[in-house]
Amino acid sequence: MTHAHSQEQLLTFFVAGAEYGVDILRVQEIRGWSAPMPLPRTPAFVKGVINIRGDIVPIADLRARLGLPATEPDVTTAIVVLRIDHGERSTVRGIVVDAMSDVTNVDAAQIKPPPAVAEAAGFAAFARGIATIDDKLITILDVDRVFPSTIAPVGGSPSQPPPLHTP
Amino acid sequence: MISDPATLGRQLLGTFLEESFDGLERLEAGLLRLDEHRSSELIDELFRVVHSIKGGAGAVGIVELGALAHAMESVLDALRRGEPAAAGTTSLLLRGVDALRASLRERQAGRSTPADAHAQLAAQIEHCAARGSAPSRGPAHPDTRSPTAAAWRIDIAPGAAPGAVVIDPIKLFRTLADLGELAVDAELTALPDLARFDPGRCYLRWRATLPGDVPRAAIEDLLGWVDGAFDVTIVPPAALAAPTTGEPAPLPAATGAPAVAAGESAPLPALTGAPASAVASAPAAGSIRVAIDKIDQLMNMVGELVITQSMLGELDGDGPLDTARLARIREGLGQLARNTRALQDSVMRLRSMPISGVFNRFPRLVRELGIRLGKEVVLEITGQSTELDKTVLEKLGDPLTHLVRNSIDHGIEPVADRLAAGKSRAGTIRLTAEHRGGDVVVEISDDGRGLDPERIATIARQRGLIAPDAVLDDRAATQLVFLPGFSTAREVSEISGRGVGMDVVRRHVEELGGEIALDSRRGHGTRITLRLPLTLAIIDGQLVRIGDRQFVIPLLSIIESVAVEAPRVSQLAGACEVYRLRDQLIPMIDLAGLLGMPRAPGADNRVMVVVATDTGQLGLMVDELMAQQQVVVKSLETNYQRVPGLSGATILGDGQVAFILDVIALGQTARAPLSIAA
Repeated sequence: MTHAHSQEQLLTFFVAGAEYGVDILRVQEIRGWSAPMPLPRTPAFVKGVINIRGDIVPIADLRARLGLPATEPDVTTAIVVLRIDHGERSTVRGIVVDAMSDVTNVDAAQIKPPPAVAEAAGFAAFARGIATIDDKLITILDVDRVFPSTIAPVGGSPSQPPPLHTP
Repeated sequence: MISDPATLGRQLLGTFLEESFDGLERLEAGLLRLDEHRSSELIDELFRVVHSIKGGAGAVGIVELGALAHAMESVLDALRRGEPAAAGTTSLLLRGVDALRASLRERQAGRSTPADAHAQLAAQIEHCAARGSAPSRGPAHPDTRSPTAAAWRIDIAPGAAPGAVVIDPIKLFRTLADLGELAVDAELTALPDLARFDPGRCYLRWRATLPGDVPRAAIEDLLGWVDGAFDVTIVPPAALAAPTTGEPAPLPAATGAPAVAAGESAPLPALTGAPASAVASAPAAGSIRVAIDKIDQLMNMVGELVITQSMLGELDGDGPLDTARLARIREGLGQLARNTRALQDSVMRLRSMPISGVFNRFPRLVRELGIRLGKEVVLEITGQSTELDKTVLEKLGDPLTHLVRNSIDHGIEPVADRLAAGKSRAGTIRLTAEHRGGDVVVEISDDGRGLDPERIATIARQRGLIAPDAVLDDRAATQLVFLPGFSTAREVSEISGRGVGMDVVRRHVEELGGEIALDSRRGHGTRITLRLPLTLAIIDGQLVRIGDRQFVIPLLSIIESVAVEAPRVSQLAGACEVYRLRDQLIPMIDLAGLLGMPRAPGADNRVMVVVATDTGQLGLMVDELMAQQQVVVKSLETNYQRVPGLSGATILGDGQVAFILDVIALGQTARAPLSIAA
């Protein structure tokens, strides 16, 4: 639907020095960092859940999702709370970013499909395109794909006990 | 303040009905306890309930209840004085409760029952009171508190001055009732026919009697403040030469006897003793009681909605409707949609009510069916405070009633059969409700004869429900009772064999979005489990610390908590540790490991929480027991997905998230290593 407009508004932020953007209409709110409660036996990119006004909201670490090295959260670390559509259902989920940047208008013409090398870098799955504004490159994330629709529980590693549900 | 007497009258009637239905429910519950725990406090409370219904009925002009309530009051008064109860008293009083309730229902529907409708029952109850009191009181004295010569009479009529302050007469009577035993009769003779009825006027008059030993000053004190609203006449005990009979004489003109000192403004006494103070959270038709925090949450939501509205309002100015503005409108609409959904959620939460509203009917049902069928049945109920959506609750009544009836009729054996089978005389029916995962689980279990799989299979074959040569194990056979058109009762019995079978129960439960499961062991009993969805769940939880995190274990599943003593821990052949607790070996579950947390060094000073699961007891190892508190269950599935081992999450007082452990799932984990070890 946003593609039908000649312009769209992006909320942009930094992760590991690179600038990323999401469709601003999907953003519910931006929060400062608060430590999530880790969920047992979930993939590393799911940091856990936080309490947003009584709702339990899962938080994904964008660094881990993009295969980037982890860092300690600092004063600029923020959580971008997004509305994510899964067919008929929609959920609220958050992503951890290094720092907020800006709200930017982009023309559809400025958005290019992700280059082929991105495939190898692993983030083609989440990138909807790359916008060039002045000299900046902004990777536009497809928020519906940052979280896969179901996240398989992590199987037991040698140090871990057998899975909870034994057949 | 509403000053229109007709509206006030309707409100008064509404309040009276609501309080009376609550009262009758308490009365019923209390009567059922009376046979086992006859205490003076209980009888006192029952007496008060009947008394306020009687007084209130008189005050709002419901005459048909008077005699019956009075008779019940007499019986309870006799009991209160310690006189022995005649056999069958409780049953008679329960019938009285039914009759009162039926009359009040009629009133609620805008109809009235004939004044003498309950005369026969009233007479029976009076008779019962007389018999009960006979040994200690000599000659039968049916009305133990009939007015004697020494009684104050207070006549109350609506004030002549129009536009005077309106006072709730019920409050007035309650206040008077604090002084002593109060009887109130309403006089309706002044009521004009409908065509001439002026809704702005009050046509009712009341005559109240109070014991003669109440000081006049006390009465005048209380009645001083009604001056203008009512014309009050106080007739001292001496002026009443003869004892008044049940028939109220026409009220004298309001000017006859000395009136209460005019203009004297006595302070309004605190209205204590009103039935409302002790009312349990029973659902009255058309109204529910709501916790304050739910309202607060709703207020917050509305606050956000107002912010969104003002944001959208700002966009509604002059200027071109360009893309930027369109985008902001879209943004605003999105926010509006989120707010609306949140508001809807909050309102749904308002609708959740404790399941006791449904469970409360069963003690009576079990008692009466037991008597009728000549079986001894004990009903055990747990988890009455479990909350469920009001709609689910309302539709749960019939299926549950059916299941309980089934248990008594088909499940529990007659006493002789039970004794022959080496069981206790009385059968037990257990009714439990609890939150499990995101659902509410209601269980009905009995220790009766269980289902007979062979007979079920035979019947199913006869009726062509399964192939003649089908081979079924016992468990599969018992599930056949859910097939449409199946009923195992040899004869159609009055209690449960009305052609409505388990298939109907299942359909009801499935309509509610729930599931039903049946588990039966021949000779040992039957357990039926209903799993129902909920909008909001509140459970009693035990907070525990594991490492630096807090978790919640549902209190209902905890049997005990013990400090772990190292010598009692033994390693079984598998990878499983067991703990010797008295005579039992309890498998120890390393929660930290199971939850993928770093193992705390040294298990010596740890605490083991023993929980009951469907596969037996388990010991959950935790570092520390913390507070016990009620927690609101939040589903992880709303924004994420089901996580094995957790039944949900909750938010603690400091805003931290704590996970609620799914004890059942933990039990399934533990079973595997144990079966290897055994």
